[in-house]
Amino acid sequence: MSENRPRSTPAPAAAPPAEALLEIVDLTLRLPGAARPVLDSVSLTVAPGEVVALVGESGSGKSTTAKAALGLFPAGAVASGSVRFDGTEVLGLTGERLRAHRADGVALVHQDPRAALNPVRRVGDFLVERGAGRAEAVELLASVGLPDPQRRVRQRPHEMSGGMLQRVVIAGALAARPRLLLADEATSALDVTTQADILALLRTLRAEHGLGLLFITHDLHLAAAYSDRVYVMYAGRVVESRTASALFTAPAHPYTRGLLTCSPTLGDTLTPLRPIPGRPPSLSDTFPGCPFVERCAEAEPTCETWSPRPVPLPDGGAAACAFVNAEPGLSPVFTAVGNRPAGRDRWAQTQADGADADEVNHA
Amino acid sequence: MALRLALRVGRRITGVLATLLAASFVIFAAVYAAPGDPAVFLAGGRDKLTPERLAQVRAEYHLDEPLFVQYGRWLWDCVHLDLGRSFKYSDQVADLVAARFPTTLQLVLYATVLFVVLGVGAGILAAVKRSTWVDSAVVGVTTLAASVPSFVAAIALVSFFGVRLGWFPVTGSGTGFLDTVRHLTLPALSLALGALALVSRVTRQAMVDAAASDHVEAARASGVPERDIVRRHVLRNALGPIVTMCGLVMAGMLAGTVVVETAFGLSGIGSLLVGAINTHDFPVAQAVLLLMVTGYIVVTTLVDAVHPLLDPRVEGAAR
Repeated sequence: MSENRPRSTPAPAAAPPAEALLEIVDLTLRLPGAARPVLDSVSLTVAPGEVVALVGESGSGKSTTAKAALGLFPAGAVASGSVRFDGTEVLGLTGERLRAHRADGVALVHQDPRAALNPVRRVGDFLVERGAGRAEAVELLASVGLPDPQRRVRQRPHEMSGGMLQRVVIAGALAARPRLLLADEATSALDVTTQADILALLRTLRAEHGLGLLFITHDLHLAAAYSDRVYVMYAGRVVESRTASALFTAPAHPYTRGLLTCSPTLGDTLTPLRPIPGRPPSLSDTFPGCPFVERCAEAEPTCETWSPRPVPLPDGGAAACAFVNAEPGLSPVFTAVGNRPAGRDRWAQTQADGADADEVNHA
Repeated sequence: MALRLALRVGRRITGVLATLLAASFVIFAAVYAAPGDPAVFLAGGRDKLTPERLAQVRAEYHLDEPLFVQYGRWLWDCVHLDLGRSFKYSDQVADLVAARFPTTLQLVLYATVLFVVLGVGAGILAAVKRSTWVDSAVVGVTTLAASVPSFVAAIALVSFFGVRLGWFPVTGSGTGFLDTVRHLTLPALSLALGALALVSRVTRQAMVDAAASDHVEAARASGVPERDIVRRHVLRNALGPIVTMCGLVMAGMLAGTVVVETAFGLSGIGSLLVGAINTHDFPVAQAVLLLMVTGYIVVTTLVDAVHPLLDPRVEGAAR
């Protein structure tokens, strides 16, 4: 499979879109009774071995986007666009083929491990149910760093701590030997030392198994530090997609800048914390123009009617803001000093392909 | 560990005994306070009644003593496994009850099997096919079954399966296992019909609640087959309320067989109780009622004891 390909090999110039492990194009998801789409033209790719972060406030649609990769939608949702995993369209899958897709290719690590595990069943049963053998279950628990795995497989969730359970859930996700791991706030509920352990573990596993990792978090600093690329979501749209370093040094969208300035950083006690004014929009709010306009410090009258679309940035990223192109001098010039040039090139390439697919879909 | 278990068992037994003691007093007092004088019956009827004869009978049966003294005497005998003699048959009450109880027990067990299989089965079906015509049909049919009084159901079953089709005998309790099953099928069915609505709806609701858990969605997101999800996650986690409800319904049936026993001419403890009450046969009425209460307590205690097996979290929380 493609995960065995050395990651340093540059992508061919005419790379087919199938090379991306997960490719979401223009995914729009409508719920009955909601005034606006839950997801609005979301496009996203994850390559094998790549760590991609999905960042946003609660209700921005980041979990919904991740679950779409599993073909898992809220009841009554109507989806359009495309979700391709390893070249297979997920949106059309039903019945046994959908079940096989969820069992094989993609695994989700849940936000709350205590809720994700059946309280009355043993940890071993949980692993076996997800495709591990009895002996393999013990090995899996050992591989995620649980001490005394022989005893753990016979225990039930209420006998373990939250950090242990998160390891169990990760072991359960690995039991199916997936190629893409979706980590839905997988560390948000843990204390910082456990969080660091789990993050390190995920990184090791990604390297060992060549996994693609879609990392969902509300912590922009963590996302920027931990991943190769970052997608920032707001009100069901991707408002900015950048390499992690570019996002951190020169955020293009006002919302991204707002997120960065409203969380404290170490050694920077002079900068006051500035919360983003207002509230995240609910599903009953509709927007004639840019959804962020009411909370944006830089908004101008044109924003009220400008319908957001990703505007390409010189460094290969994109931001859905009316003003990113107006002042091109502000956008940082891409410098290829990063240690993951292949990923960046491919990213730029798939962006271009995505734009093509966009037009085809609308034709 | 062993000590803790012994303590818990001890505490539970103490609780059962305390409940039994309270129940026995209520039963004794209730029968005592019931209208009608057993002495009149014991003396052989109103026509040849003289005050002297009445007083003699009262003294003979200790009916002239105060309530608490009578209760104490009865309780003392009960503890020594002596339930007294029937006023009416002069037999040992224990023998009378022992002769009648197996029929009732068989009837209740058979009805329990029927309502568990049919009721829980219908509930599972309704939960799996939630919000479809199957769901509505289950609710409709079981509600209809529950709204028919058991004696009407008994008559309908007898006339259809017993008389028209001739599949089952319409009276008696039979001998030997297969014959007993054949004889008890219609009575058990008419007893079980009333429980179907309750049991199927509790099952359905417990499963719907269990299906809303995050771990069910997590299992589904991991591609666990739907059959396994229903069996190992939804039904498994819904067992608590289902077992409790089935236990309560079964315990209630022990005291509710009178109508069906009468309709099908079965001599169980239900018909024994009715006869005893009509003839002011205190010892028999008290013994049957005590047996029914004991049965109820035993069943509910067993259900409680099973709970830690169904939900391991309960064990840690149990006192």
